[in-house]
Amino acid sequence: MPISRSLGGAAAACAAAVLLTVTGCSSGGGFDSSAPKQSSSGSPQSLSVMIATSGDAETAAVKQATAAWARQTGNKVTVQLASDINQQLGQAFAGNKPPDVFYVNSDQFANYAKGGSLYAYGDQIPNASAFSGPLRDSFSYGGKLVCLPKDSSTLGLAINTDLWKQAGLTAADYPTTWQQLAKVAAKLTKGGVTGLVTTPDYQRLGALMKEAGGWITDPGQTAMTADSAADRQALDFVKSMMSAGSLKYASDVDAGWGGEALGKKKAAMTIEGNWLAGAMKADFPSVGYTVVPLPAGPAGKGTLVFSNCWGVAARSGHQKAAVDLVRHLTSAGQQLAFADAFGVMPSRTDALATYARKYPAAKAWVDGIAYAQRPVTIAGFNQVLTQFNTDLQSLRTSSSAQILEGLQRNGGQVLKNGR
Amino acid sequence: MAGSGLLGTPAAAGPRRSAAVTRRRPVRDRIRQGAWGWLFVTPMVLVLGLFMALPILMALWVSLLHWDGQSNPFTGHADFVGLGNYRDLISSDGLSRTLFATSLRNTAYYVLLTVPAQTVLALGLAIVVNQRMMRGRGVARTVFYFPSVTSSIAVSTVFLFLFQGSGSVNRMLSWIGVKGPNWFADPRGVVWLVLGDLGFTDPDHPGGPLARHGVLGLSWADWFSGPSVAMCTLILLSVWTTSGTFMLIFLAALQGIPRSLEEAAALDGVNRRQLLRHVTLPALRPVVFLVLTLGLIATWQVFDQVYVMGKGAPGNTTLTPAYLSYSSGFDNADYGHGAAIAFVLLAIILPLAGLQRWVLRERGGRGRRLRRGGRGPLRAPREEVGARG
Repeated sequence: MPISRSLGGAAAACAAAVLLTVTGCSSGGGFDSSAPKQSSSGSPQSLSVMIATSGDAETAAVKQATAAWARQTGNKVTVQLASDINQQLGQAFAGNKPPDVFYVNSDQFANYAKGGSLYAYGDQIPNASAFSGPLRDSFSYGGKLVCLPKDSSTLGLAINTDLWKQAGLTAADYPTTWQQLAKVAAKLTKGGVTGLVTTPDYQRLGALMKEAGGWITDPGQTAMTADSAADRQALDFVKSMMSAGSLKYASDVDAGWGGEALGKKKAAMTIEGNWLAGAMKADFPSVGYTVVPLPAGPAGKGTLVFSNCWGVAARSGHQKAAVDLVRHLTSAGQQLAFADAFGVMPSRTDALATYARKYPAAKAWVDGIAYAQRPVTIAGFNQVLTQFNTDLQSLRTSSSAQILEGLQRNGGQVLKNGR
Repeated sequence: MAGSGLLGTPAAAGPRRSAAVTRRRPVRDRIRQGAWGWLFVTPMVLVLGLFMALPILMALWVSLLHWDGQSNPFTGHADFVGLGNYRDLISSDGLSRTLFATSLRNTAYYVLLTVPAQTVLALGLAIVVNQRMMRGRGVARTVFYFPSVTSSIAVSTVFLFLFQGSGSVNRMLSWIGVKGPNWFADPRGVVWLVLGDLGFTDPDHPGGPLARHGVLGLSWADWFSGPSVAMCTLILLSVWTTSGTFMLIFLAALQGIPRSLEEAAALDGVNRRQLLRHVTLPALRPVVFLVLTLGLIATWQVFDQVYVMGKGAPGNTTLTPAYLSYSSGFDNADYGHGAAIAFVLLAIILPLAGLQRWVLRERGGRGRRLRRGGRGPLRAPREEVGARG
């Protein structure tokens, strides 16, 4: 039969095509799993650096810093800007062609470290203890410091000084407890102004959980502690301020984030980190504000610390040079240069002291490092935290206990499957 | 005679003609002819195998692995989990299943509203600009087609501004005394919103008893919530952007309808509605199938607008399987899971396209011969689908 013959032919041809391409693929080396070739350390090397930049200022500063190192050592550095660094690094790892040095987001750190893509160079840094403790913990995996924190950011309470005065408040009224926060927020709420505006995510509201004595996981990140009474108390406090109308989410006042709400005078107070300083200078230079520490909760003071780290690829052929580059980029002088250029805080305690003297307005953020909670770094945890943020959006109509139970259950599953 | 598919054209034409014309020739000849046919199509088969079949097979393999994207998935070291990823999506209770069910619900509403709306709108526009009496037809065609040639990222960004809480749309609504919602920040489902406004359900805890039970980790109240306000904005956007393309397809088909048909109908004294119902629409049937199929496939796979407009926010109500697949891979470093989502999506789209084809088949007392013949016109659109994909 012609039909059956042609079908058989088609099958044979397809099979041949697939076979051919499979063999082609395996010899072509799309997924080359051989060990990285180490270039000899003597000859000049060409390094690629991938960064997710916050703007032109950061790009220029990083380019300048790497160029200075390249001049010093005779090597060559190319800086690549990533528009979506998670995706670009993911593709680079899968394709086995990662950049030599790159930013690692704290939420991706555990995934990359677990997958063996990061070269743990912490033991080659003689003065690693100069970096602040919670950040070193954030970027350690299996007890080893894997990569050095690039900079640091903590949360503070930013207050619009004009609105503050208009409400008849003085510097003596800056809130230091939750009760005071609720009281001044209510006083500041009138007309188009909301007392406190923040974004519905654990990267802000989590500070309150810490202040109540709770957190998402235990300190060693081995067990979930999300459904604790302390966490419930924190979210209930947020809920009570919401129902009083003195706390709103940024999207409810048509702002993308707290800083925008503060700049547009829709918020009298917001909870933001030191990236706020650069944004306010660029977008709302005429709006006066001051930053105070987050008011203490039932268990004392609390804030969150964030950072990226300088990852070195396990598959890089220039690891020695790359580590040297990172050492240069994280030196105290260079960190201060970055701070001047685009407003990040140093991650080294020695540089941080200099920074605090130079930028007294950032005192609240700098002081926060001492009692800050580090971010959650557990492999495969992104989905869980994204879902928690999604649930926090509807905090007003749902119950704190329900949201935290969901977090406890989802996180528990990831911890169980990961081990 | 048209070939049966993109790659089969020369090959299928070869043996078929030989079978018809040279029925008496020896078998050896026919084999030789077939071999030549295959020789000619080999380059195409190779290219398609390399760029379509092989990646699909590789993705299928990855969907059976627990793969973090940082090692070679095609060696013995790969962490083979069998159907584990599919089980996480469909049977085992957990966050993965809830998210997947949510994305399916969102997309189902999206497809259900977008596909009919864009098809009807495109057909309407095509009929309007096809009128011979109309002035400025060229301008109208260009204007209607314009949204389709604009980048969907750009359009999404513009929509973000238009539909802000204090954006242009709400300002225009306020002129007629309507207080518009905060479109992209509003996760409330429209079904419960309307029922809540009418006083049938508590707007803060909609659905009553339906909220207590559910399937696939999602309560019935969530399943029946309808698209959220944010999703409705997405639907509006995609209807607006895609109707131009489909208008063009309908327009080409309308111009292909023989003038004599319309004249014959006019002689029979039909009015315009009857002409549309009994002459134009039946003649357009294959093209309607094409437009519906393209629409169905594109809407089930919607990604770019979601990526730009909120990545699933607010409240996961704009989460779609395509975006979920992306974020499982690149954000959660679980590429096997992402691949499994893609294959479940495929398993949803294929039967739906089949069902659609069955619904739109030629039917009604024209006998077996015509029914078989009826497959002819339907074949053309399938080729175009293949060519597009």
